[in-house]
Amino acid sequence: MLRLEYIYWLISAFLAVTAMINLRERRYGMSLFWAILAAAFLFGRQVIQLAEQGQRLPAQLMGVGVILLGVIASMRPHPAPVESGTRAERELGATRLGGRLFAAALVIPIATLVLVLSAPYLKLGSQLLIDPKHPSLIALGLACLLALVAAWVITGARPAQSLTEGRRLLDTLGWAVLLPMVLSTLGGVFTATGVGDSVSVLLGSVIATDSRVACVIAYGLGMVLFTVVMGNAFAAFPVITAGIGLPFLVIQHGADPAIVGAMGMLTGYCGTLLTPMAANFNIVPAVLLELPDQYAVIRAQWPTAIALMACNFLLMYWLVFR
Amino acid sequence: MNHWPLIGVGVVMLGFVLRLNPVLVVVSAGLVSGLAAGMSIPDLLELLGTSFVSNRTLFLFVLTLPVIGLLEHYGLREQAQRFIGRIRSLDLARLLISYLGIRQILSMFGLLHVAGHAQTVRPLVAPMSEAAAANMRNAPLTETERQQIRAMAAATDNVGLFFGEDVFIAFGAVLLIHGFFQQNGIELDPLQIAIWALPTAIAAFVIHAMRIARMQSRLKAADQEQQDAAP
Repeated sequence: MLRLEYIYWLISAFLAVTAMINLRERRYGMSLFWAILAAAFLFGRQVIQLAEQGQRLPAQLMGVGVILLGVIASMRPHPAPVESGTRAERELGATRLGGRLFAAALVIPIATLVLVLSAPYLKLGSQLLIDPKHPSLIALGLACLLALVAAWVITGARPAQSLTEGRRLLDTLGWAVLLPMVLSTLGGVFTATGVGDSVSVLLGSVIATDSRVACVIAYGLGMVLFTVVMGNAFAAFPVITAGIGLPFLVIQHGADPAIVGAMGMLTGYCGTLLTPMAANFNIVPAVLLELPDQYAVIRAQWPTAIALMACNFLLMYWLVFR
Repeated sequence: MNHWPLIGVGVVMLGFVLRLNPVLVVVSAGLVSGLAAGMSIPDLLELLGTSFVSNRTLFLFVLTLPVIGLLEHYGLREQAQRFIGRIRSLDLARLLISYLGIRQILSMFGLLHVAGHAQTVRPLVAPMSEAAAANMRNAPLTETERQQIRAMAAATDNVGLFFGEDVFIAFGAVLLIHGFFQQNGIELDPLQIAIWALPTAIAAFVIHAMRIARMQSRLKAADQEQQDAAP
């Protein structure tokens, strides 16, 4: 059965090659950077399992590794976008290959779709081919491999070239590729150190619970604030709904729980649009699109987020009380 | 209750505002938060290590880099721009509003990973948006405008995803809401939860579509100014 761990091993291999090429080019800092990451992807599962069994040293070493990653990153300038090949080469390629370039690029989303939908039916012998715990993530990994093959066939390039182009892109994006993962890590640390609980307690102490309007606004703002801090509306929902939505809106003021739940979650999403902590959505694209301002996506989004938030408050107030 | 770990949040905000290296800022914020919570150094290191490897999914997009890198070497972005250049009637607003609609509808059917920043925005939607904007202008786009357009393409992907996915009843959010209320003694019908995501979904489409249209008007107006200013 294909597990998510195998996809991580693939990433580790890619990172290891990048580390070695950097070593050859005498870029020792970045070589170490990629090597630490390669180790994290290769041994990640073992680190967690050993820690659960009481063997904490590997996890602690990984912690030191993370700190090293931060230090190395800080000693480097912000990566600058470098385009692949010369403009003339690229124009020539576009002329020669035309729409087939799209076909190869579209293999990623289409293959992901097909694999996700057919995952329950794909079997290897008697076992499922794709681990049912993470079907879409594994499908994405497999789709990337399939797209790679399609790209080789369409461009006629040597397979090794995709590795060099990929690592060139990786080095171009530089330490910025780590930002999403490290922000998400921070979210986990915040949860463990009780930052989430602090936020909800502080919020709970400032609401005027008699007024329906005040409760709706408190619930909405609570969801947004908590989501902004934790980077994740799912993390915010149980805490804020238990702290404000359920006791004050549903029980005290008789609001419809289905509507409270749905609109509360959606108001939380407005918060997701506003926070760098939601790295997957706001920082990954800033990195991938080579935007020098890492908040560029948030800047493009916040008016939509605020307008929708206001909209949601109104909708909640009108719809929730029967 | 120990509220000191909140200093970690302050560190993140301050660090980002001061434009210090983000990776270092984030790691420092985690350390500060842990120390403020009274954790010992070994415990804190262990937390950092396990949390880090638990979040490896945030790096998966890197697997698209070999494919995208290779295709871009052979002119993927140039081809995207040519393609859009040929469709004279496709301007920025039509392109992005269509993408918003498609992304939202796909999400409503639970097809969340079909599109995305690594899968569709970088290779296709962003370069096409730049080309569509260039199409409707006489003066070339400035670098700032290009960046704003790309950022808006990414923003459009996010809005389409977030405000379509809750309409899909098997989506995690719906199940989370259902499970929460169930644990608190209230039985809800997941379909009800999903249906009530529709008003907001529609509002999201309208609001963001209007903003895309406004962006297009601003770009056109800037173009007009440049034309008027030219001798």
